[in-house]
Amino acid sequence: MNTPTVTPSGPQGPEATFEDTIARDQRVEPRDWMPDGYRTTLIRQIAQHAHSEIIGMQPEGEWITRAPSLRRKAILFAKVQDEAGHGLYLYSAAETLGADRTDMTARLIDGRQKYSSIFNYPTETFADVGVIGWFVDGAAICNQVPLCRTSYGPYGRAMVRVCKEESFHQRQGYELLLTMMGGTDEQREMVQDAVNRWWWPSLMMFGPPDADSPNSARSMAWKIKRHSNDELRQRFVDMTVPQAQKLGVTLPDPGLRWNEERGHHDFGAPDWDELKRVVSGDGPCNAERIARRRAAHEEGAWVREAASAHASKRATRVREGAAA
Amino acid sequence: MSHEDLYVDHDNAQWAFGTGFTDPLHGVDQRVPDGIDAGDLAACCLALGDDALVSAQRLAEWCTRAPELEEELALANIGLDLLGQARLLYARTGRADGTGRGEDAYAYFRDPDGFRNLRLAELPGGDFAFTITRLLVLSVWRLAVFEELTSAPDPVLAAIAAKSVKELSYHCHYAAVWTVRLGDGTPESRDRLRTALSDVAPWLGEPLTDQTAAGLGAESAVVADRTLRHLADVVVRAGFDPSEVLPLGPASAPAIPGSGRDGDRTEHLAPLLTELQSIARAHPQAQW
Repeated sequence: MNTPTVTPSGPQGPEATFEDTIARDQRVEPRDWMPDGYRTTLIRQIAQHAHSEIIGMQPEGEWITRAPSLRRKAILFAKVQDEAGHGLYLYSAAETLGADRTDMTARLIDGRQKYSSIFNYPTETFADVGVIGWFVDGAAICNQVPLCRTSYGPYGRAMVRVCKEESFHQRQGYELLLTMMGGTDEQREMVQDAVNRWWWPSLMMFGPPDADSPNSARSMAWKIKRHSNDELRQRFVDMTVPQAQKLGVTLPDPGLRWNEERGHHDFGAPDWDELKRVVSGDGPCNAERIARRRAAHEEGAWVREAASAHASKRATRVREGAAA
Repeated sequence: MSHEDLYVDHDNAQWAFGTGFTDPLHGVDQRVPDGIDAGDLAACCLALGDDALVSAQRLAEWCTRAPELEEELALANIGLDLLGQARLLYARTGRADGTGRGEDAYAYFRDPDGFRNLRLAELPGGDFAFTITRLLVLSVWRLAVFEELTSAPDPVLAAIAAKSVKELSYHCHYAAVWTVRLGDGTPESRDRLRTALSDVAPWLGEPLTDQTAAGLGAESAVVADRTLRHLADVVVRAGFDPSEVLPLGPASAPAIPGSGRDGDRTEHLAPLLTELQSIARAHPQAQW
């Protein structure tokens, strides 16, 4: 009787190492082998995340020059600066995968890469600054805390720092709202109005329902993503409801109620057609946001060219100095 | 950190902001020492505070418009430093002038003719070359002033100066590095820098002859001399002849008549303040 030859099933070599790294919840690092799909998925996600930070500076950045106290001015200025810093870490993380910041910026400006739909809504009053901190940074934290454990090392490590700062921003936003709610009737109305306008777009930040999220399954298998869109959305609602009660505002959803059986809040569905429209470029501020980013990039071209020219002249002078 | 911490009131030690105190000099002995002219001290802190606030406002206008992300971060950093200096200086002003007013009273509830900043600070933003050139001039001058004020007879102002010197050293370095890059970069950047230097030059007489801090130990001639030497060094490294682009001294500065320190304003301060003060003035009973 012949002994059957044992042949290993499944992948071998670098692919097996990769699968094993994922299975053991270890980090994939820039010089490790990785499937092309993993690399392109990550580049797309990280670039989109970086762009969101950069475009996300605009809705709040508009209020820095008008902030109604010097303390609020300092808080807001620092927050918007943090967002620029987050953009930088994230572009750097994408560069470890072979992407290039200049190229990513070009893709943002010509619409080939996207950013979070939430930043296509206008900021109408200073209360929006507080509500963005509370809702938008809160939603970002729900999305990003699990990303601290994402399988790609540089992305996960960037997220650790980003999450710490976002948590700070969320508390600052909430604290602004608490202060405003203790102010005049007009201020309380401003807060409620901002809550009404930002609630549904904030729920959309988690993306379409799981059934309509085409890229989710593969990202979950690769442990780039750790929780589904709907799970994260639920977590955000459960976290926010008691905060709204404490603040004294009403969340604009008649279907919102505690479900004892599920141990979660039930809530209504956002207008998914609106999300589709905003993502495809037809939100209230899409054109304005991209136009601003494009103008800054184009108007700054001569500055970047000057820096490059100076750097290469300097390198030449150093070489010639060394040769002499 | 759980999200409950957001609305639990008892543990404020973890908050950098939001503890309720709004006085940036909280915990400091703020009495004006004997032998110091409180009026001079108030005027000095107000003027230097106004320079910082107006400069920070112009830097904030760059937000989301900078030529590169690193510059976005740096300009915001400098703006934040100056905003912090303004807050400390206004707090000191409120004590020294005897009114007890807080920082926001000075920033939000004075009209343009009450401001005492150098007029160079209020000129519109212009291009990146102008921003860098103005930043260079104002930072180099301000560094010289604050270096002298670290030994001011008022300990609070001396402490503010010591903190500011560290910040301003970086501002000078940043502006100098970019001045050299633009001067050495491309023909376009060099032209733009030359234009910026000539746009800034007529306003230099004002800081170089400023007597605001003289009574507190920052001798105008010492400050002017150090400022011009520092500027000349940077301008030479950028490939320009200082005698062409900078005035050689206070006497030769082709000064534009008037002085921001006496309340003379350009037409640019009013719209800057209208924007800065718009929300605060629209809701005078509000709390933020």
